[in-house]
Amino acid sequence: MSVNKKLTVSASPHVRSPHTVSGIMLDVIIALIPSLIAAVVIFGYRVLMVTLVCVGSAVLSEYLSRKVMKRHQTISDLSAVVTGLLLAFNLPVSIPLWIAALGSIIAIVVVKQMFGGIGQNFVNPALAARIILLMSFPSAMANWATDSKFITTTATPLANISVPSEVMTSFAGETEELPSLLDMFLGLHGGCFGEVCSLALIIGGIYLVVRKVISPAIPLAYIGTVAVFMLIAGRGDFEFVAYQLLGGGLLLGAIFMATDYTTCPVSFKGKIIFGIGCGVITTVIRLFGSLPEGVSFSIILMNLLVPHIERLTTAKPFGTPKKDKKAEKAAKKAEKEAVKV
Amino acid sequence: MADKKPLSKEFTKGLIAENPVLRLVLGTCPTLAVSTSVSGALGMGLAASIVLICSNIVISALRKIIPGKVRIPAYIVIIASFVTIVQMVVKAYAPAIDESLGVYLPLIVVNCIILGRAEAFAGKNGVIASAVDGLGMGVGFTGALLAMALIREFIGTGAISGTQIFPAEYAMIIFILPPGGFFVFGMLMAVANKLAESKGKPKAELHGCESCPMAASCSLINTGSCEESVKEATVR
Repeated sequence: MSVNKKLTVSASPHVRSPHTVSGIMLDVIIALIPSLIAAVVIFGYRVLMVTLVCVGSAVLSEYLSRKVMKRHQTISDLSAVVTGLLLAFNLPVSIPLWIAALGSIIAIVVVKQMFGGIGQNFVNPALAARIILLMSFPSAMANWATDSKFITTTATPLANISVPSEVMTSFAGETEELPSLLDMFLGLHGGCFGEVCSLALIIGGIYLVVRKVISPAIPLAYIGTVAVFMLIAGRGDFEFVAYQLLGGGLLLGAIFMATDYTTCPVSFKGKIIFGIGCGVITTVIRLFGSLPEGVSFSIILMNLLVPHIERLTTAKPFGTPKKDKKAEKAAKKAEKEAVKV
Repeated sequence: MADKKPLSKEFTKGLIAENPVLRLVLGTCPTLAVSTSVSGALGMGLAASIVLICSNIVISALRKIIPGKVRIPAYIVIIASFVTIVQMVVKAYAPAIDESLGVYLPLIVVNCIILGRAEAFAGKNGVIASAVDGLGMGVGFTGALLAMALIREFIGTGAISGTQIFPAEYAMIIFILPPGGFFVFGMLMAVANKLAESKGKPKAELHGCESCPMAASCSLINTGSCEESVKEATVR
């Protein structure tokens, strides 16, 4: 009897990880807070209002949709909070609040819960919602106007400049009309309020990597690919490359959206392929597409390819012999002939 | 065989249980293309229904004369004649609808619903049953189109049939774009499946050999080995 007491018999898995869903999500939220603070400083308190509306409606719609579908509640895993935050970060500060709330509802109900909830969505909910909003309300989603005191008090009045599109389409010759690179780095330029402050995003990214929440493979492959292609497109102009990397949603997308566990490959090789694919599509859209920004579309497109990437990069079980391709082909041929006969 | 069913059943099966668009998933191309406005959907639905009923009647009447081997070209000629008639009438009396439907009006010739019904029903059943079948399928097609167009036009532009209900700036334009069309289509299919299943009908699929478009020329009809032979064929 005493043996039984000492030996706890439990079902597998026996090797446990200290990571929990809510713990990971909490880390992501912590990593997003520097950007949120930066956005509030740059754009004013309306940022907080938009964020609160997004997070609140995301959590509420998660709660209600789970309730309607009679599934167990998942709001305590904080994933809805992260989705709401990421969606808010992808909106311009002037967005009407009802559009922000509608975006959260689309993200949670249509993209996430209709496909089975956390872990089952085939694309990133926040990005899909952003794209649906972008296609539904093109003028509201591209209204970069802000009454921010911080930006208007800087040397160059950037208040009403539509920076993202200009950054994207400008080549080296037009740089004097653009904010300085330091302003780009600190976030003193227009754009969606979560994407402007590169410094805060990088801090958040480093925190996530240190906490081992994300692997740096995807962000580095993604940003590296964009950098290489932009260097070629800009004929070796490093300033142009810097604007391309700091402008738009590249850092936010690469660090926080492309690394979503559900919608990115598991293996290292797969992650690299995924990152490079995102980079190539982003570059192509930025340079040749009619849209100024391609980060969200590129990540969504690569999300859709993830199952195929996974199949191509499945790890070989340890100890199994190398695949003999010739023998396999011969076996297939024999099988076919057998069927014919 | 289907002849023995009461005529009312031939009509009602086209509404939901065998709705051509939502359950048989036929004719999706015109469905997605013209369901951006209620008037376009109504015009398309009516035009296709008229062609469907007329061609069903004629094909059913000629079913014993048309040789099995050339039935598809024969059907197409009959369908094309009616499409031409309808097109001329629409051009003459409703040029606005003709303009809004554009290429999709002549394309009714290759609409799968019409050829599908000709193959699956009119080629094997009596004239009256075929006419009723065509009417039911036509009403089902028009109804599905109208439902889609109502949702898409209302959410996408804030209007119903051109009458503004709420300001256009609150409308979600994506609903009149292709992604919104696919989204509404999927939702309506789910609703139709739910409605049909609540009546104890099986999920949307072809019901055995009778409804198979290859039935007339199939040597394996009612042997139940059709699927296996198809599998074998694909392996080869």
